[in-house]
Amino acid sequence: MDLTVWNEKDKLYLKLGGDVDHHAVKDTRTKVDELIILNRPSTLIMDLSSIDFMDSSGLGFVLGRLRKMNDIKGKMLILDPTKRTEEMLKMAGADKLIKIIRSDDHSA
Amino acid sequence: MKNTQNYFKTILYASSVNEAYSRVIVSAFAAQLDPTVEEIADIKTAVSEAVTNCIVHAYRYETDEKKKKIYIEAFYDDEGNFTVTIKDRGCGIEDIKQAMEPLFTTDAAGERSGMGFAIMESFTDKLKVSSKNGKGTKVTMTKKLNFKKTLSEKSR
Repeated sequence: MDLTVWNEKDKLYLKLGGDVDHHAVKDTRTKVDELIILNRPSTLIMDLSSIDFMDSSGLGFVLGRLRKMNDIKGKMLILDPTKRTEEMLKMAGADKLIKIIRSDDHSA
Repeated sequence: MKNTQNYFKTILYASSVNEAYSRVIVSAFAAQLDPTVEEIADIKTAVSEAVTNCIVHAYRYETDEKKKKIYIEAFYDDEGNFTVTIKDRGCGIEDIKQAMEPLFTTDAAGERSGMGFAIMESFTDKLKVSSKNGKGTKVTMTKKLNFKKTLSEKSR
């Protein structure tokens, strides 16, 4: 899995790419949680536009970071999920817990 | 009885490093039927769920690494029915009905979403799960692939 991270003021951006499966999230989870604890962002923005493959382990990873953000009273947003990723998020009801935003939607 | 056109069988070490490999070999085999991109993605996801279950759950009490094996078999018939079986000799599932409920997981601390079986079910046409305590679990999934010609016609 490819992970790109950047900060903008009190926002933390995470861009996930490639394969997001059980094997991939094992190491990424620790790395991301360290960043959340270190930066204590007000908002975590997860960019899911470059995902080639995601399964239920990836869903567990996304929902787990929501829990982490809730713990520090922060917010989480999902940016530009691929069609398939969005379908999976909806299947697990994650779209009701996390707001999905589109970069081409200027009203947001 | 529909004729089996082609099949393969393989045994893999139940380690997470093999998750990507297993879904890629099964989908590459299915690609012989000329499926759509969507169908290939469905097969990849369903296989990944079943294989991950073997790695995360089946061998959680197993201390002998040599015994951690995943058995994968796939075949297709002349009507484009693609079947994949993923089997382990692990601890088995205590309550299959409960395990198949969406969002149910025995390992919430491990951030398991509990969506594995629900995904297998929705991305294939038929899902069969059989399990025996202490003996292992077998998951069989069938998907009707949208192909125009059978392999025999193609190879002629």
